[in-house]
Amino acid sequence: MTIKVLAIDDSRTIRSLVQKVMEDAGFDCVCAEDGVDGIARFAEVTPDVVITDINMPKMDGYGVISTIRGGEVNQSVPILVLTTESADHLKARARAAGATGWIVKPFDDETIISVIRRVTGARG
Amino acid sequence: MAPQSSIRDTFFEECEDLLEALSEGLAAMAGGARDTETVNAVFRAVHSVKGGAGAFALTELVAFAHRFETVLDAIRSGTLDVTSEVMHTMQRSADHLADLVEAARNEDVLAPDVSEAFLANLDLCPGTEPEPFDTGDTPFDFAAIPLDFGDDAAPAAPGGYVIRFRPKPRLYQNGHDPSLLIEALHALGSCEVVLDLSVLPDWEGPDAMSPGLGWTLRLSTQESETVLREIFDFVEGLCELDISPFDVAPEPEDPLPLVAAPLVPATGFGAPPPAASAAPKQDPAPGGDAAEGRGPKPTLRVDLDRVDRLINSVGELIINQAMIAQRLQDMALASDEDVSLHVEDYRLLARDIQEAVMAIRAQPVKPLFQRMSRILREAAEATGKSARLLTFGENTEVDKTVIERLADPLTHMIRNAVDHGLEGPDARRAAGKDGTGTIRLGAAHRSGSVIITIRDDGAGLNRPRILDIARRKGLVAPETDLADAEIDGLLFLPGFSTASSVSNLSGRGVGLDVVRNAVAALGGRISIASVPGQGTEFTISLPLTLAVMDGMVVSVAGHTMVVPITSILETIRPAPGDLHRVGTDDSLLSIRGRFIPTVDVARSLGFTDPSARAEFPLLLLVEGENQSQCALVVDAVHDQRQVVIKGLDSNYGQVPGVSAATVLGDGQIALILDPDAIAAHRASPAAPVAQRPSSLPDLHHGQH
Repeated sequence: MTIKVLAIDDSRTIRSLVQKVMEDAGFDCVCAEDGVDGIARFAEVTPDVVITDINMPKMDGYGVISTIRGGEVNQSVPILVLTTESADHLKARARAAGATGWIVKPFDDETIISVIRRVTGARG
Repeated sequence: MAPQSSIRDTFFEECEDLLEALSEGLAAMAGGARDTETVNAVFRAVHSVKGGAGAFALTELVAFAHRFETVLDAIRSGTLDVTSEVMHTMQRSADHLADLVEAARNEDVLAPDVSEAFLANLDLCPGTEPEPFDTGDTPFDFAAIPLDFGDDAAPAAPGGYVIRFRPKPRLYQNGHDPSLLIEALHALGSCEVVLDLSVLPDWEGPDAMSPGLGWTLRLSTQESETVLREIFDFVEGLCELDISPFDVAPEPEDPLPLVAAPLVPATGFGAPPPAASAAPKQDPAPGGDAAEGRGPKPTLRVDLDRVDRLINSVGELIINQAMIAQRLQDMALASDEDVSLHVEDYRLLARDIQEAVMAIRAQPVKPLFQRMSRILREAAEATGKSARLLTFGENTEVDKTVIERLADPLTHMIRNAVDHGLEGPDARRAAGKDGTGTIRLGAAHRSGSVIITIRDDGAGLNRPRILDIARRKGLVAPETDLADAEIDGLLFLPGFSTASSVSNLSGRGVGLDVVRNAVAALGGRISIASVPGQGTEFTISLPLTLAVMDGMVVSVAGHTMVVPITSILETIRPAPGDLHRVGTDDSLLSIRGRFIPTVDVARSLGFTDPSARAEFPLLLLVEGENQSQCALVVDAVHDQRQVVIKGLDSNYGQVPGVSAATVLGDGQIALILDPDAIAAHRASPAAPVAQRPSSLPDLHHGQH
């Protein structure tokens, strides 16, 4: 079954990049441009994995994570944080919010794919 | 990573938006705004530039954005006060960031010392120690998932490891699946997995629903412990984990009562226990406004070429509509009520489509105006003056091409306004004015045109000096007496410069004549008004679109031509006594007590066939640059209609006095006259405007 990815990022560039990498890897990718949009799309597409930016307008990445984790549907979906910050306290905060893992921007194609496989168990 | 160039384009397009948001935010902050939203938006703009730039390995851009971001973060967290110096540094930094983006876009490299100077400025902001940004040897070679362990040099395992792994509830809550971790370990070597049931909760107890499984794994591998730890990187702190190496000979040291389990437990463990849904409380703070709607209106980015193709087709549609209408009229069908109704519908529909398509190309002048605040800052800094920019009508929409081609002239005029228009602070105060000069930049729609005004509150034009310079340069005859408006108009003459010394600002060898030409190339006009001691105002009037215009269809010596409506003041059928011959060929029109020079269009274009001339010509009173008027002599006026402008330059070549061509309803090609150029040549009637009349295109080949 094709892995369905929901990518939430306010940067058009990053969205395009993620989308391309996902599609090249054979994943389905749906994008959302801020946290609020992301939560709405989350309900629509029931993704297998969520990739979210932290610093976004309307609702930041922490908000996205806690909203999903506190929800009723698909609340244990793996959520990966895509961030430029590699500082430990930020990772700790993401983890405290319920993030499954994190990817530091700029990311390379293989890393992001391997992390997705790692948290979803997807093969191929 | 070699992202496709289309994504690169996306990045630079996005940068434009981000830089706009940045300068908007900084402008708000300069105006005193300190609210979280504004500061966050500023921070986010820089942050997003950095994030995108990283993906394209634009190291210089990333490094600068990172440093800039650190300062903004300090402001955001309240550790740095926004003093006017800090504000200034940020605005200059935003300018520099824009330069870096531009350089990256053009694959240029800015002089490194420039960046360093800006970085040094940022470093001066107190309380913002630069965080070290990892720009090592291979700064963007993606260190993959960061590892928090210092023991990279851990020796290779002697034979393997015993791994005791007991997930905490949090592990499941964060979306982890223990089976995947075990699977990953298995990939490193041969692995024996034992399920540890000793920690199963009491079914009757309060923790019955908490996850209680644990595993002990014996992994035989040559991999280092670091590699193993990497697998558990994400779950660090979410489980009890104990990794200890064992020697080649496995020792049965594990005292735990173990139950042998298959290699990989049922993946059903992936599902979190029900407790998970109860534990993490929803954070109410960040934007719980999901109901507020989905933010901005959805937009679609379209390749400009496609829009232009559409515009072109719509142009053809308009022509086609006109042709059908004309043909029906020729066939006397237009009087049929049914037909005329449909034809009218067709016409309205075509107009609607055209307006809608034009609206696609229309953009607000805001980004253009915002860029000018930077120009103003730089100009003020270079001249040691103090100036502020006030903008009006930023949301006025103008054709994209017009906006693009307006950037240079506007830049020049803003610099001029600061350099020549405004006085120095001392002179201003001496004149009883605010030491800081104000330049007002405004845009508005006015009857089918866009009006852009640039007004300074400086000393106004020094007319005696302008006249003096013009005389010395031989631009006007020594004894000529000129009206104020005419003196002002001298500024637009090629090569005119009033600056006594060439400053490195506006005096870049470009005069206002270049500005005027650029505006004229857009089908617009520029005028000037000045009040001594109060300031100078330039007004640029531009057509809303470059694709169509309203024109008056006239005939000249048997040729059909179009005169832009915007330049026509009045159509006059002169009485025999109204025309007064002057010299051999010229005549003056006497109207309402004034004398206005006339220009015979046929003669100035070099049409010499007298048989095609009307016995009683008509005059079109047109207003040229500097409000100077003249009357164009034509043979007949047919009607007024919208025409689609077809560039002549690319298809044929430049013809003086002719700005473009169009296709009329009957398929005839008609030249669109440039009244300004024709009027400008009235002074030298001996030389026709068109230098090679024989090379004018043949306009009478009927159907095309």
